[in-house]
Amino acid sequence: MGILSLTIFLPALGALLIGVIPGLSARFSRLIALAAAVLPLCLSVYMFAVYNPAAGGFQFEDSFQWIPSIGAGYHVGVDGLSLLLVLLTSLLGFISVLVSLKTEHRPRAFFAWLLLLETSILGVFSSLDLLLFFVFWEIEVIPMYFLISNWGSGRKEYSALKYVLYTLFGSAFMLAGIMGLYFTAGTFNLPELYQAGLGPAAQSLPLAAMFFLLIIGFAVKLPVFPLHTWLPDAHTDAPTAASIMLAGSLIKMGGYGIFRICLGLFPDQAAHFAPLFMALAMVSIVYGGAITLRQTDIKRLIAYSSVSHMGFVLLGLFSLNYIGLAGACLQLVSHGLITGLLFAGAGILMHNTHERHIKKLGGLARQMPVLAGVFTIASIGAMGVPGTSGFIAEASVFLGAFSAGSVTGSTVFTVISLTGILLAAAYMLTTLLKVFFGPAKTVFDSVTDLTRLEKFYCGLLITGIFLIGLYPAIATDVLEPAIAPLASLWGG
Amino acid sequence: MNWHYILPEISIAVSAVAIILADIIRPNRWLSSAIALAGIVTAAVFAFTGDYSQPAGVFNGMLTIDAWSQFLRLLLLSVSFGVLVVSSGYFHRLENIWAEFNALSLFALTGMLLMSSASDLVSAFIAIEITAISFFVLVGMLKDARSSEASLKMMLIGGIASAIMLYGMALVFGASAGTRLDEISLAAGSMPDASTGLLLGMFFLLAGLLFEAAAVPFHMWAPDTYEGAPTPVTLYLSAASKIAGIAIIARVFTTAFTQPQSLSADWGLAAAVISALTMTLGNVLALSQTNIKRLLAYSGIAHTGYMLIGISVIGLSQGSAGQAALLFYMAAFALAELAVFSMVIAVTRHLNTDEISGFAGLSRRSPLAFALLSLGLFSLTGLPPTAGFMAKLFVFTGAVQHGLLWLIIVAVLNTVISAYYYLKIIKVMWLEEPADPGKIKPGASTGTIAVISAAAILLLGIAPYVLLKLAESSLLNLP
Repeated sequence: MGILSLTIFLPALGALLIGVIPGLSARFSRLIALAAAVLPLCLSVYMFAVYNPAAGGFQFEDSFQWIPSIGAGYHVGVDGLSLLLVLLTSLLGFISVLVSLKTEHRPRAFFAWLLLLETSILGVFSSLDLLLFFVFWEIEVIPMYFLISNWGSGRKEYSALKYVLYTLFGSAFMLAGIMGLYFTAGTFNLPELYQAGLGPAAQSLPLAAMFFLLIIGFAVKLPVFPLHTWLPDAHTDAPTAASIMLAGSLIKMGGYGIFRICLGLFPDQAAHFAPLFMALAMVSIVYGGAITLRQTDIKRLIAYSSVSHMGFVLLGLFSLNYIGLAGACLQLVSHGLITGLLFAGAGILMHNTHERHIKKLGGLARQMPVLAGVFTIASIGAMGVPGTSGFIAEASVFLGAFSAGSVTGSTVFTVISLTGILLAAAYMLTTLLKVFFGPAKTVFDSVTDLTRLEKFYCGLLITGIFLIGLYPAIATDVLEPAIAPLASLWGG
Repeated sequence: MNWHYILPEISIAVSAVAIILADIIRPNRWLSSAIALAGIVTAAVFAFTGDYSQPAGVFNGMLTIDAWSQFLRLLLLSVSFGVLVVSSGYFHRLENIWAEFNALSLFALTGMLLMSSASDLVSAFIAIEITAISFFVLVGMLKDARSSEASLKMMLIGGIASAIMLYGMALVFGASAGTRLDEISLAAGSMPDASTGLLLGMFFLLAGLLFEAAAVPFHMWAPDTYEGAPTPVTLYLSAASKIAGIAIIARVFTTAFTQPQSLSADWGLAAAVISALTMTLGNVLALSQTNIKRLLAYSGIAHTGYMLIGISVIGLSQGSAGQAALLFYMAAFALAELAVFSMVIAVTRHLNTDEISGFAGLSRRSPLAFALLSLGLFSLTGLPPTAGFMAKLFVFTGAVQHGLLWLIIVAVLNTVISAYYYLKIIKVMWLEEPADPGKIKPGASTGTIAVISAAAILLLGIAPYVLLKLAESSLLNLP
């Protein structure tokens, strides 16, 4: 078993230990959870350090036969994009364990589900076999259901069920698409599919139909308007750790899937339907941003902002050129860090003040200066201010989208999408003002600021945001070999 | 005579008689169970070690013993073993009729085993009737109003189905002058075109056979029967008799109705349409159920629909595909039903109700029962990493390959519907506060079977090839 497989399955092993050891104390289950989250993080940092961008392609591969009669294999490996997302996921997985150390309610079950969730997401980002990819994709539903429905707040049962049904609805189509693909190309193996292409081989169903079946599954997850309505509910009602995983890492599976499968295997269909998806991206950005403006619940606000920010990903992907794709990939990582930070901050805010209604909060910069600083940094990241990872990602997306000459109407879509930046500035700044500035409220006088642990994990995320913002090459160097071959499909 | 080919059936029938005799001489709970289980184990040994290298005709081709029989025999025997072990968790309600219960279960099993090998319309009919009549009695065993109603309903609809089936058989015999499945196929092959009698007979036969599997439109008996029957019998009906019903459809149609060429496609398509109706109706009606046994009855109907996809693939591919997937599906479904029902038996024993609301807070009252039940339900939903996912995957793969993409879209959307009501049960167990916080023990017999089934569900979900390989070498011989 190679280092990548180890990274994927360590959290699951932790979950298993927590689940089966009889009479395990809460304290020990925390320790096991920490260990099962730290080790994959260390391993993925190590993989990031030794990944060889010059060689490109998929590295740290592991493969063996799984179901020979249909040619499905256990095949994992990472290229630059997968690697960054694996790193992001294991970082957020670690942070969400840290965030939940104080969980009192059924801590064993909580950590077991959380770790299982991490394994399934890591699996999605590393699978090079479509069936394996789908299996990991589906497994994620169960832990998320339990996390939201039990440790969530508000209408948690409704939100959890809605989340599950939306996901299953999307993946139902995706499965049909994967099967169509399998019978067209005769394999589930992604590298083989890339090499052979789908070409004019005998097709079990039209390529465009397959493309749409697949992209519905991804669009639900990303989410793309009008399939986004599960997201605000699920994000809002989930416990902080699950919100961080959901917004930071899980919805990236949608963007990743489009990149890896829909664009990688269906370049012609992607080019043909690019205007449609750019238009949907535009609607997601503007509509998502506009709705965000009206939110009064702090978590709901961050949730809706994700709809808008994921629109940038879609816009970048369907620019179908190098810079746009690079922007989309950067945005996946950057949004993971920024939203992770926002949800972590919101979690601390709600935990310490017992208040989530923006109008009832105010002047908290006095009582919680450090949190105010953290939120400000996250906000400027979300607004795309230069120096943060948000800037470099969104700027690349717009550059790419603007110069997407092959896509009809791209200029119009791009210009309208630009208002998304303004909207982001509007809702982030007003929220910041309302919550942290203005006259201090005496009700919050006894509220404490960040603890050392909270400073530590917020610091980790802030480091990530500025690292990519100030030195983007750290990400783009490994991304380059993953994106360049794809971009060349449409002539660069 | 090749008696040794039917040693498993003989062992079961002999044990059934022995149980009745022993009960007359010395009534004892453990003796009955011991004879029954010993009979099943003996039969399994015979079934396992038998010679299946060549399909063997027994009694002038009344039965054909082949690899397909072996797979189904072993499956049916294991399921029955599980059911009989699990029933001891229900002993309190069957105390006075324990020997009769065991004996009748074995008679039903004899019928089902014969169903897996019957290769003549007459032997098929006899096997089906042995099974059905044993079940009429088993279902009515509680002798209360619900149980009797359940039995009566099953008997009436079963009677109608038998009549239709018999009529179909007569028509087929009239058209082909044979009752042996291979004779029918041979006779039909010499005709220039499928005669009206043959076509009509085939569809009547299909209609009658759909009863046992509880497919639309012969599903109406299932919910009431499942609800009223003793829970182990409900499990038996759903996990074993459904499988035997599907298996006999597969054998009869794959062997008898293959000539002329278009005939397979005809019944393949008919099965596809019935499949779509069956799963949709089953799932939609399951949504509003509040009684766990009724809900599982509707879910079982839906699963019949998924299995009919397999039948349809067999038809559309002229028998060349779909069989292994169907066998795998049967095994996965039986395992999930065993896990779910054993825990339902264990839990409802404490609750004295079959209402789903009674399961509130089960995750705290018995974490093990909750985990096993949930795993079974996830497998029925078809989520990875369970056997149910792999089963659906294999069946769906074959269907897409043979041009049934529309049916697969219907099926996967149905899976989403089913997720709703399975999750509803999980939600009640996981989130709602129990009326009585006292602990519940999963029980030794029910717990053991559920743990074994759950382990098998996970094993087949992660490494399906261990069973798929066996299924792939257990195919029916094509004429």
